[in-house]
Amino acid sequence: MRQLSYSKALNEALRSEMRRDSSVFVAGEDVALDDGAFRVTAGLLGEFGPDRAVDCPISEAAIVGLGVGAAAAGLRPVVEIMFMDFVGCCLDQIFNQAAKMRYMFGGNITVPLVIRTPCGAGFSIAAQHSQSVEAWFAHVPGLKVVMPATPYDAKGLLISAIRDDNPVVFVEHKRLYRLRGDVPEEAYAIPLGKADVKREGRDVTLIATSMMVHEALAAADMLAETGISAEVVDLRTLVPLDLDTIIGSVAKTHRAVVVHEAVKFGGFGGEVAASIMEEAFDYLDAPVKRVGAPFSPVPMAPVLEKAYLPDRNKIVAAARETVPVRVK
Amino acid sequence: MDVDRDALIWMYTKMQTIRQFETRVARLMLEGKLPGTVHLYAGEEAVACGVCANLGPADYVSSTHRGHGHLIAKGGDLDKMMAELFAKSTGYCKGKGGSMHIASLGVGILGANGIVGAGLPIAVGAGFAAKYRKSDAVAVAFFGDGASNQGTFHEAVNLAAVLKAPVIFVCENNGYAVSTSQARHQTIVDVADRARAYGIPGAIVDGNDVFAVYKAAREAIGRARVGLGPSLVECKTYRHYGHSIGDPGRYRTQEEVDAWKLKDPIPRLRDRLIELGVMSGEQADSIDQEVAGAIESAVRFAEESPSASLEALLEDVYAPSGN
Ligand SMILES: Cc1ncc(C[n+]2csc(CCOP(=O)(O)OP(=O)(O)O)c2C)c(N)n1
Ligand SMILES: [Mg+2]
Repeated sequence: MRQLSYSKALNEALRSEMRRDSSVFVAGEDVALDDGAFRVTAGLLGEFGPDRAVDCPISEAAIVGLGVGAAAAGLRPVVEIMFMDFVGCCLDQIFNQAAKMRYMFGGNITVPLVIRTPCGAGFSIAAQHSQSVEAWFAHVPGLKVVMPATPYDAKGLLISAIRDDNPVVFVEHKRLYRLRGDVPEEAYAIPLGKADVKREGRDVTLIATSMMVHEALAAADMLAETGISAEVVDLRTLVPLDLDTIIGSVAKTHRAVVVHEAVKFGGFGGEVAASIMEEAFDYLDAPVKRVGAPFSPVPMAPVLEKAYLPDRNKIVAAARETVPVRVK
Repeated sequence: MDVDRDALIWMYTKMQTIRQFETRVARLMLEGKLPGTVHLYAGEEAVACGVCANLGPADYVSSTHRGHGHLIAKGGDLDKMMAELFAKSTGYCKGKGGSMHIASLGVGILGANGIVGAGLPIAVGAGFAAKYRKSDAVAVAFFGDGASNQGTFHEAVNLAAVLKAPVIFVCENNGYAVSTSQARHQTIVDVADRARAYGIPGAIVDGNDVFAVYKAAREAIGRARVGLGPSLVECKTYRHYGHSIGDPGRYRTQEEVDAWKLKDPIPRLRDRLIELGVMSGEQADSIDQEVAGAIESAVRFAEESPSASLEALLEDVYAPSGN
């Protein structure tokens, strides 16, 4: 099949939805003339013009507000927040406005808004340009939260997010933008709320998101060499959460490790682990393990950042702890 | 305007230091010797130096993502700055902050900042604290034309005005916010127009003329020191490099870049000072050489320093508490 990078797959999703539905437009800082900080919106200005590819001033609160208001008024905005760290500048519009309008107003208003934003560390750009704060959004009723890990999922999930009638926080990963993978040319929608088993296994389930799906897959390779068969479940969306797939997998493997790049303490992994405990306790042969970043801001120095980031080795170590030592 | 000779030489030396620091950092970046990214200040040196020539160590500065110049002008140590860019344990932030996060309260630097517009309210707080302690210290918030569109700009200027806080808002209007030209991000030409909306003085100066910056800053800082409250000073300037390392700057024409390079603040100052008899060409050359030596020694210091230490990873998240 045709190979495309994650950023090009996202670009294709935007392009095809903009062609299909004239109410879809993109807005954000440097998204039009300069193609977007990570080139996800490349070429949209040329094809759709300045009314539908809108360069905005550095005013995150107003950019998201523009999206909220335009969505309430019947358009389908896709706004970009250049780095996930900048959501602090526009949180009110996201969690008090977009998230709550429909409920507060008794269902009178819908907000079909997509907020795209890249998370993630790995570029030595320090504490204010490297965070993964998806748990903040997953905690807010009314928001959907999506985190694609592959080019294929990126395209299909973005199309669904745009077609969804709810505000969706669509979290991309900076280290994934250049990742290439199979992407069909036609438009396709991957339903929000469906996890994906990225690798089948018998002994332990690695439940991961975004960049960590790839680390979990590498960890599964390493575990296989020592005779441990790991299943890798990519959550793809945090809200809605696909508990059925998670439990189905744990029922088979009896062990689970939850992995994300975000800080472990208070992270979304706690929600997954607790849900497994509540819903699938009888299947478990070992306590659920979590792998995440330590409780500190992201450091700049490459050596520290590397130590900080969860990776395949940390996942392997956690998985091993769940599996009993086999004595031959 | 009378300016003493030492202050003029200081301004020239600092501007030259910033320029050479940035030129060297650009080279180190391209050679792959520095991690992360940098936003270079070359071209805008007259702003930081004209302002900071009026400040002492007790005064505060809140800086931006493009912060190297503010740091150097406010008295930042070249060795520690360079070591921070190299992610070494001897850097200002133990290698944990990098270019966008250098802070040194010892010389009044409240920090560079990765969040556009975040420094303005912080400067208001520092100015408030100075007034609270009944000192005559002031706080300067450097910010860009792009940052003037953040809510924080408007909230901070209004709050400072209401509190009569000793704050000087210094807009470094270099005509662009990344790729977005000023004409595409606001409909006004002068950011200083916004001062009137909050009832404070607003001045507009040629930001590539260090005398003009110095004079406007002196007036604004003087007002703040005697309790007359905040002012806004807008400095029209231009950055020589792209927005950050690796930005080809497709959104600017070569003619525009060339025209601004003719207005380079450093040769301008050099010529003025020679013309005024403040220094000779030879003296200028020897300052340049001394600066080059200091920069090279900072690079050497950084290169020879130990890299950031793993122990530092979990340090400094919280201050040790008393209980
Ligand atoms: C809140 C926030 N939004 C966006 C950015 C990304 N960004 C970094 S610098 C910059 C442009 C800043 O323009 P300006 O204030 O004029 O300063 P200049 O870079 O021109 O010195 C942008 C958009 C950021 N760092 N923080
Ligand atoms: Mg600017």
